[in-house]
Amino acid sequence: MSTPSASAFTATPFVGKTFGVTVKGLTKQFGRATVLHDINLEVRPGEIFCLMGPSGSGKSVLLKHIAGLERATSGEVRIGEHDAGDPDTRDKVHLALVFQAGALFNSLSVYDNLALYPREHRLCSEAGIRERVMNALSILSLEKAVKKYPSELSGGMKKRVAIARALVMEPQLLLYDEPTSELDPVMSATISEIIATLREQTAVTSIVVTHDRSLALSIADRIGIIMDGRIRALGVPDDFRQPADPAIANFLSPVIDLKNPRFKQLENSHE
Amino acid sequence: MTFLNAIIGHIGGTVLLLGRSLKHVGTLPGQSRRVIEQCYIIGFTSLPIVTILTFFIGSVLALQSGYSMENFGAKQFIGTLVGLSMVRELGPVMVAILIAGRVGSAIAAELASMKVFQEVDALETMNIPAERILVLPRLAAILVMMPPLALIGIICGWYGGALVSEYTHSISVDNAAYFAALKAYMKNRDVIDGLLKAEVFGFVIVLVCCYIGLSTRGGPREIGASVTKAVVTSLILILVLDYFVTKALL
Repeated sequence: MSTPSASAFTATPFVGKTFGVTVKGLTKQFGRATVLHDINLEVRPGEIFCLMGPSGSGKSVLLKHIAGLERATSGEVRIGEHDAGDPDTRDKVHLALVFQAGALFNSLSVYDNLALYPREHRLCSEAGIRERVMNALSILSLEKAVKKYPSELSGGMKKRVAIARALVMEPQLLLYDEPTSELDPVMSATISEIIATLREQTAVTSIVVTHDRSLALSIADRIGIIMDGRIRALGVPDDFRQPADPAIANFLSPVIDLKNPRFKQLENSHE
Repeated sequence: MTFLNAIIGHIGGTVLLLGRSLKHVGTLPGQSRRVIEQCYIIGFTSLPIVTILTFFIGSVLALQSGYSMENFGAKQFIGTLVGLSMVRELGPVMVAILIAGRVGSAIAAELASMKVFQEVDALETMNIPAERILVLPRLAAILVMMPPLALIGIICGWYGGALVSEYTHSISVDNAAYFAALKAYMKNRDVIDGLLKAEVFGFVIVLVCCYIGLSTRGGPREIGASVTKAVVTSLILILVLDYFVTKALL
């Protein structure tokens, strides 16, 4: 079995510069529920920033604000000097988002999914597009899936195709929503390597929303922990190897206690 | 008041969608493959059911009117009645209803599914406007396909009526008499008006179904709700518009 290698990746240098992200006083409400409370955050140009937090803590909503897919109730998100919510920003910043479930176009083959961006933006000839697409597919060992449709792919393969699609876009800001979920440990490690190598070679700013502790600790320049819609902690990976905050420690290294009263309740319910 | 606000909001949203789509009209020549694909889906695959439905509508119309008109000795005008009814009213309306049920529902389901499963968000992050590649080709395709579909439907209805008129014992109006009566009172204007109505209905159906599909929020359950909403809204709009368009054309 061939295992994809991050070292096989050679990205084309970006034409433009790389961008940082600034979040100022961001609050988001859905109806009466406040999902994000006064978030302040700065992601420096060229860094890998991992955003971690329990399910439902607002990580993905924050990522959507950075991608310009959600409008803030109050506060602002800026990519470099540009307002992330302004549609014109996408003309100035190459931004790619790797969605958690892939968000591949079901009516298009894997090849056409990857070719869509360069074709629609008329970036190069069909031969150039083919080279670009096949290069991205080879990085993620997806050459054999080129003619397949998303419905024929496993969850992990869909995730890899989504990452390949992002690579084809040659982004200046790369956002990942749970890039290693549904992947086996080998593929997770490879994805981690690809994220790191990509930054190494192209200085792309990367924001990674993840639950994967080992991914965050191994590739992040900085880590942010978000809990209940608030930034609970910010720091370098070493700060989170043995965190002093019990809530963060419990989140990063949960202890499975079979004597927990909740398990007792389950046992009783089966009797 | 909330209901009224919602309706105004939806009308505004639909008009905005149309405006955003028309902004990309210059890209249509480059999207010819998508337009042709939509023409095939909207037009060619709807053809069998359009022919069957309109043929039997013409047949039933001839049967019912033949039965009634015979009572006052006017059955020689069956051709006129079926001809004008099909061309001015039943042809365009029935084809539109069929398009709403068959094509409108499919459009709403596809776009709602793309919205729910974040494909539309993916397009947005790729700086590819959904209106350009999802809405505009469908609007262009319906404008191309609706007149021929309506015309085929009208002709099938005429022949359905002719067949029933000739071979139903109680009517027994032969084809020559039927088509002579049909032509006698038919003007080119009637055909043009009928096709124009069909064009308006088709355009509104596709636009509304695209809007409802792209406005879907939530999970897979909402896809079904959007499809129902799209079909019901389209049917209501067809009948409401029918009155106003007919009044304007008379």
